[in-house]
Amino acid sequence: MSDTQIRRIPDRLDNPLRSAIFSWQSLLLLVATAIFVANSLATPYFLNPWSISDATFNFTEKALIALAMALVIISGEIDLSVAAIIAFCSTMMGFALQFGVGTFGLVVIGITTGLLCGAFNGALVSGLRLPSIVVTIGTMSFFRGLSFIVLGDQAFKGYPSSFAYFGQGYVWWVVSFEVVLFLIMAVIFYFVLHRTSFGRQIFVIGNNPVTAEFSGVRVRRIKFLLFCLTGVMSGLAAVLLTSRLGSTRPSIATGWELEVITMVVLGGVSILGGAGSIIGVVLAALIMGLVTFGLGLLNVPGIVMSIVIGTLLIAVIALPILAGRLRARMER
Amino acid sequence: MSKLMKNREFWLALALAVLIWGVTLRAPGFGASSNLLDIFNNTSILVILALGQMVVILTRSIDLSMAATLALSGMIVALLNAAYPGIPVPILLAIAAISGAILGAVNGLLVWKLNIPSIVVTLGTLTIYRGTIFLIAGGQWVNADQLSPAFIAGTRLPILGIPLLSWFAVLIVVVFFIMLTRTTIGRALYAIGVNPTASVYAGINVGKTKFIAFTIAGTVSGLCGYLWVSRYVIGSVEVAKGYELSIIAACVIGGVSIAGGIGTVGSALLGALFLGVINSALPVINISPFWQMAISGAAIILAVIFNSRTSRQKGRIILKSARVGE
Repeated sequence: MSDTQIRRIPDRLDNPLRSAIFSWQSLLLLVATAIFVANSLATPYFLNPWSISDATFNFTEKALIALAMALVIISGEIDLSVAAIIAFCSTMMGFALQFGVGTFGLVVIGITTGLLCGAFNGALVSGLRLPSIVVTIGTMSFFRGLSFIVLGDQAFKGYPSSFAYFGQGYVWWVVSFEVVLFLIMAVIFYFVLHRTSFGRQIFVIGNNPVTAEFSGVRVRRIKFLLFCLTGVMSGLAAVLLTSRLGSTRPSIATGWELEVITMVVLGGVSILGGAGSIIGVVLAALIMGLVTFGLGLLNVPGIVMSIVIGTLLIAVIALPILAGRLRARMER
Repeated sequence: MSKLMKNREFWLALALAVLIWGVTLRAPGFGASSNLLDIFNNTSILVILALGQMVVILTRSIDLSMAATLALSGMIVALLNAAYPGIPVPILLAIAAISGAILGAVNGLLVWKLNIPSIVVTLGTLTIYRGTIFLIAGGQWVNADQLSPAFIAGTRLPILGIPLLSWFAVLIVVVFFIMLTRTTIGRALYAIGVNPTASVYAGINVGKTKFIAFTIAGTVSGLCGYLWVSRYVIGSVEVAKGYELSIIAACVIGGVSIAGGIGTVGSALLGALFLGVINSALPVINISPFWQMAISGAAIILAVIFNSRTSRQKGRIILKSARVGE
């Protein structure tokens, strides 16, 4: 699917201040601030700590997966099965609940199921060297299909009250458990991707898997690990979501895979692999959360918000390209 | 004979025949010609869409917005029919196809002129097109009693005992067969999928060919918009939601390579029919319809594994990369 590309390597570094100002992150920060201000002006209910806290619930679960998805996409692969993994993890938790498993056991089962699903994807992609986009389209129906087999048109309910803490609890004042968990994870992912040799290797794989292989990077093992990681994060998101909703249906989290990928791409991660940053993804998650919540306060239906998100996705990619062309034309 | 053994379509057709035969053992009457024609009729829309998607996949691209394009075009003609029942059906059909072509061309232009990867473009337009349905319909549904009898008959009218819907699928299969095997655009679609660099040297405009592929996919999606609303007698935001992945699944099962350049009319046709047969076989052999999704998922995974075994071919790069898309 990727086109043959020519990447120019500059012979000298840009002015660091200038490149920081014109970077993708600054653009996203600007957009986020603009939306924040627009929200505050548009409705009097927005500038209130509790409202803003509520707004975070719109994106923290998806954003947790987006952190791992960013790594997968940077490595040149994609995982479309994340929402189906959530459904299957949630179903397994509900299934275990029927046998009287307690809160701690439910969390372990949720995350382990996610890990196994991710390992299944990883084995198919790096073990059998199959294209990840097709594999995960297949496992996407497969995992959700398994949930439908277990549940049919029924639902699992009656989760213990201590289980509700993960999706509904607050650590301190308006700061929810979900937000704290997301921030901790974002910091961890930032360090892994930008400050370790493992993270460096992910970029190398995404830029040129053949070179990576010849440089001694264990391409297949790293890709396998990244799919496992995405599975674990999906399992974690399943714990939070199930806890927040208090019930499991097989249709849980439908369509989330596309929202998670939108978040990642909006965050400046190249869909062709090899480029991206965690800060960008976090800002993109913030933007999507603010847009959704702000429009929600203005009584705009969810489906119309999706127009805004879709336009935003194309616009933030198209505008820099158009601007670059315009600049090239002016210089000529 | 050995050529036949290596032929993917041959094996898929064989698998399909074995499947039908196996189900018929359990449920006599499943293999009856009237039932098979029924299955074909039920799968017609998927067949048409899979052909459109295949043309895009051949060029190393993907179109995730087909189902949304279908739903939007369907809603446009449904609203037109509800407001002006006097407009003849063939004109509505043309309007559906043209609106689909425009939506597809938007995808194609973004891919061609801005060089944005198709998966990102169509992910964006997928949500935009779906949202637009809500806007133009004001969140309302178009129900059966608002549609004119001629509109509903457009897919049901039997010709030679076979409903018009099936004839649409047959017509599209023939058109696609001629286009892919007998025209230069057909050759170009394969060429840029197999080797975009060589295609540039051969004088093929890669970007423009992709644009044409997306416009074709949009056109058939628009056409299916009318067919869907007429067949299921409902126009709503939810029409064909999530169907984009079934369309890709049909292509993959049929052996269309996601890496581009590999796939024939037979592959898309058989892939779609395979899904159609499984869907109608499950209730017949008393398997809960809730198994359907997991089975089609497993079928996709198996098909990918099988295809990777048969299609691994070696090649040598003799020309350095040329700039593609300009």
